[in-house]
Amino acid sequence: MRHFISIADLDRAEAIAVLATAEHMAETQSRSIRKLPTLVGATVVNLFFEDSTRTRISFEAAAKRLSADVINFSAKGSSVSKGESLKDTALTLQAMGADAVVVRSGSSGAAHLLAHSGWIDQPIVNAGDGAHEHPTQAMLDAFTLRRHLRPGDRTGGLDGIHVVIVGDVLHSRVARSNVLLLTLLGARVTLVAPPALVPVGVSAWPCEILYDLDEALATGPDAVMMLRVQRERMVGGGFFPTEGEYSRRYGLTTVRAASLPAHSIVLHPGPMIRGFEIAGDVADSPRSVIVEQVASGVFVRMAVLYHLLATDAWEAPREN
Amino acid sequence: MRTETAASSANPAASPISPLLIRGGRPYGEDVRDVLLVDGTIEAIGADLHAPEGAEIIDASGCIVLPGLVDLHTHLREPGGEEAETVESGTRAAARGGFTAVHAMANTTPVADTAGVVEQVARSGDSAGWCAVRPVGAVTVGLAGERLAELDAMANSRAKVRVFSDDGKCVHDPVLMRRALEYVKSFDGVIAQHAQDPRLTEGAQMHEGVVSAELGLAGWPAVAEESIIARDVLLAQHVGSRLHVCHLSTAGSVDIVRWAKQRGVAVTAEVTPHHLLLTDENVRQFDAVFKVNPPLRTAEDVEAVREGLADGTIDIVATDHAPHPRDAKDREWDQAAMGMTGLETALSLVQRTMVEDGRLSWRDVARVMSQKPAEIGRDEDQGHPLEPGAPAHVLVWDPRPQRVTDPGEHASRSRNSPFAGLELPGTNRLTVLAGRPTVRDGAVVEH
Repeated sequence: MRHFISIADLDRAEAIAVLATAEHMAETQSRSIRKLPTLVGATVVNLFFEDSTRTRISFEAAAKRLSADVINFSAKGSSVSKGESLKDTALTLQAMGADAVVVRSGSSGAAHLLAHSGWIDQPIVNAGDGAHEHPTQAMLDAFTLRRHLRPGDRTGGLDGIHVVIVGDVLHSRVARSNVLLLTLLGARVTLVAPPALVPVGVSAWPCEILYDLDEALATGPDAVMMLRVQRERMVGGGFFPTEGEYSRRYGLTTVRAASLPAHSIVLHPGPMIRGFEIAGDVADSPRSVIVEQVASGVFVRMAVLYHLLATDAWEAPREN
Repeated sequence: MRTETAASSANPAASPISPLLIRGGRPYGEDVRDVLLVDGTIEAIGADLHAPEGAEIIDASGCIVLPGLVDLHTHLREPGGEEAETVESGTRAAARGGFTAVHAMANTTPVADTAGVVEQVARSGDSAGWCAVRPVGAVTVGLAGERLAELDAMANSRAKVRVFSDDGKCVHDPVLMRRALEYVKSFDGVIAQHAQDPRLTEGAQMHEGVVSAELGLAGWPAVAEESIIARDVLLAQHVGSRLHVCHLSTAGSVDIVRWAKQRGVAVTAEVTPHHLLLTDENVRQFDAVFKVNPPLRTAEDVEAVREGLADGTIDIVATDHAPHPRDAKDREWDQAAMGMTGLETALSLVQRTMVEDGRLSWRDVARVMSQKPAEIGRDEDQGHPLEPGAPAHVLVWDPRPQRVTDPGEHASRSRNSPFAGLELPGTNRLTVLAGRPTVRDGAVVEH
């Protein structure tokens, strides 16, 4: 694994290997000294062209717990806001001696471009590119799903599990990465959205599409993943008439959550809008694993950095 | 900018031309015939012609002889975009591609929306001397789509503009489009429409379909092109005007134009070489050299435009040669410029996609790349069939070599060819403009 750009680049064994490493990383994080010496001397650059506090902090924590040095480079207040191109930024980071670059961009394909342009030789981790992919988010979701729905299983996939993903699929990189990863791991995925928030061309995706949330919930899914409604990306407008109508049709209300099987869990990649796409009481309920997803994110990102940067990557992680 | 003095001294027409005997080639890919060019005119075509005193003899055995190609859709970028292309570099590229005339699109800085600008572009073309340059006039002032530019002034200028286009932008206001169609009737002009509904394509990045869904790039739906073409053919019929559809790219557009022609609408249409070969699958690598407007469509659309070109629904191939400096392409996909170079690969692409599978004969190629574009553009001096008395605009094309495309060899100032690294057939042996060679064996003949 040279870069971590897209779930589409992974096969099932590779995905499970990352999850296994994440489990090892999780174990180390319950110890009194949580810092591992694995990446001492390595410099990880967080290159964030889009605001994203939670993802940046998660990558920063992951790198620091592996003893890497971290440089945060965000667009605001930097040379990027003065018009510097991605190319010049990449050449600069290369010259400064970055060992890996974690990139978040509003442009679909930005991570792929960095990895394949020849501007920089180091491993690239995609921390979200436009509406394309957010592969570490999908890994942390899969990690969380397996822990809850296949407790004790540290080597398997998600075979037989049914996950319903609800909301703004059109603008969601989280949905795209999750459809690819969850189905790669054997899960069945149902997308639920108003038709205007489903991309034209979705028929080629390995999942089922429904427009009715209640119909989807009536099938008794093992997990429901709510997506953020990305109003800032809604070019042209008119995707749904009002927030009220959206919320009535597609919001995860307490009544809807109560209809789920007892074992079902609720996920949200955050940041969530309480009372709109998800009721506050549902987000705070025992079936919500939203806070746990944040913790999983650090383990998964440690695992990804480990696989890209540790000299014995793809061997079993050392127990030190 | 050249001075008038420099222009006249650089003008190749000032020096005498020696006769040229093109020996052993096959005009239109048919029987072997010699072609004799004397004093800027085709003097004779026949078997075993006698070479007159002082004639240069070109061995064209194995080659196809065609009338010089005419491009109805070229972006020369001058004035204002000289970093990407100039009239000089763009017409050198045209000559290498086998063209003896290009129509220079109006989206320059300043916009070609006045007699002054179109005359300047035409003058620059004359002084460069690599091919005829016919300026296209803007339909609306500043391409803003709000009010008509002075079309009559451009038509009656020394540039004699007959093609008007806001290319790059659509004349989307239906009333303005109607008025433009009506207005150009008085001087036999044509409106060349860039068919793109602006509301349906806000922020659009690529063809909307399976690939855009996967890549998370905002979609440019086929309907945004087709709905404008449908409206425009009905308008053209209603007011009895000529309409030309630029760079038609979808199967639905072919159907609409076919239907309109059956109804007798005076509509013509063009397809670009890249839409004859490339598809939205090429976008998967996020290499912005494949970013173009209209976008690369699906394999089904490629098949439909090939079929439309073969059956005459699509009248011509036009390059939409759109040079860009490297920095405009070395960017994230959604921030990169749209457009591809095309002059120097156009005929190879047509050979590959249309001639080699038998859908077009070489005579058909002459029709879609020389005769018809000249007719649509009302270029009286261009697009004539190869026959005695016709102007000596001639291309000698060797269809046999297979070569890997290297944009570094192109005469265009820009390198944004999507065909880089692709092996393509055919090579230009000789381009002749008014009896004078402009290109020999692929190299521009300096004058």
